[in-house]
Amino acid sequence: MKYVDEFRDPALGEVLAGEILGLVEPGRHYKFMEVCGGHTHSIYKYGIDDLLPANVELVHGPGCPVCVIPMGRVDDGISLAHQPDVIFTCFGDMLRVPGSDGTLLDAKAEGADIRMVYSPLDALRIAKANPDRPVVFFAIGFETTAPSTALTLKRAKAEGVSNFFCMCNHVTIVPPLRALLDSPDLRLDGFIGPGHVSTVVGVRPFEFIPAEYGKPISVAGFEPLDVLHAIHMILTQLKEGRCEVENQYARVVPYDGNPRALQVMSEVFELRPHFEWRGMGFISQSGLKLSEAYADMDAEIQYGVPGIRVADPKACQCGEVLKGVIKPWECKVFGSGCTPERPIGTCMVSSEGACAAYYNYGRFAREREVV
Amino acid sequence: MCLAIPGQILEVLDDSNRLAKVDVAGVHRNVNIGLLDDDDEGVGPGDWVLIHVGFAMSKVDEAEALETRRMLESMGEDYEQELEDLKASIIE
Repeated sequence: MKYVDEFRDPALGEVLAGEILGLVEPGRHYKFMEVCGGHTHSIYKYGIDDLLPANVELVHGPGCPVCVIPMGRVDDGISLAHQPDVIFTCFGDMLRVPGSDGTLLDAKAEGADIRMVYSPLDALRIAKANPDRPVVFFAIGFETTAPSTALTLKRAKAEGVSNFFCMCNHVTIVPPLRALLDSPDLRLDGFIGPGHVSTVVGVRPFEFIPAEYGKPISVAGFEPLDVLHAIHMILTQLKEGRCEVENQYARVVPYDGNPRALQVMSEVFELRPHFEWRGMGFISQSGLKLSEAYADMDAEIQYGVPGIRVADPKACQCGEVLKGVIKPWECKVFGSGCTPERPIGTCMVSSEGACAAYYNYGRFAREREVV
Repeated sequence: MCLAIPGQILEVLDDSNRLAKVDVAGVHRNVNIGLLDDDDEGVGPGDWVLIHVGFAMSKVDEAEALETRRMLESMGEDYEQELEDLKASIIE
């Protein structure tokens, strides 16, 4: 499996699936979490779970940036968008996430100047084109996108752009994994590690998973064979009694990540003491805010936000879905009250959300029969 | 937002801000390449990179880039949406 060409041989999928069948012990149930929403999407798009033995269960993790934003933060964003003269910018997915009184799209319809951007650099361009108006960028994402926000803020500062502000909702990947591992709700046998986050943080931050919790993890790419290969690697570890971090995606992910990206992040951000995650409550040192040197660009400091904790909608079980405790179709409102067109919860909004993946690929209710 | 889309660097436009013009499936847009500056080899014209939110995050070889694109194309709507978002982007 050393060479990409060999790795992409279509017959390899069948070989891997066959070997996986040989690696599982009959009578044992395996529960693996794919941390990243990109993997969830790939699994259902390509029907990877159909290739697995029935006693290998995949549960979906918290690695979807839109999904983990709690309602209170959406409300805070909407309150900023309604400030006089503000131009509020964010990624497209965020526009459809319901706050306690409507979405950012609703706020836009009410007259707030809300613009979708592809990149934080687009938000910076808008700020430079509108020097007499404050421009707020609503930043979301794990370490995959946090360096981009950081570099944009660095540039804005260097260029003396004084009307550019950031409402920072960046989060880090390790604390929620630790919270999940500490949770009695969920007993996992291993992890499919997030590929893109790892291009930034590297593989090293996941070493605590085998070292402290005795679970194997394989950082994986996003092609169907990548995911299948990672499952093969985890099962091989379990069979051989090994427990370590393996890097299935070494062709893209360096062991130490991207030092430049990590350095820029550490210049611009600092850890918040705690940050609220949708359905998971407050997790210590899991969120980023602008460092003191960038406080003049921190929209929360410059404008103030209500900062009120809002309970998740009663009917919505995104929290349980994000923790892998229930499958999307087990949620009371899945596919009825909550659809991609009219989402109640975040997991149905983003295409990387587990609920949207299940819905879009027709997994309305599905128990696999044990062979 | 979390889709990494492969693109090939055409030229470096602004060396101080580390902006380069890339070709993403025939769409030419500007992205920042500054996060790859620490790479031993750096990146420049002809190199393939994976792009997130207007920033090149990883350097990859051509085979990897083309396979990633092929997979994204087979995803349909989500990739098309990402390309539409990219088309609307004007990074200066």
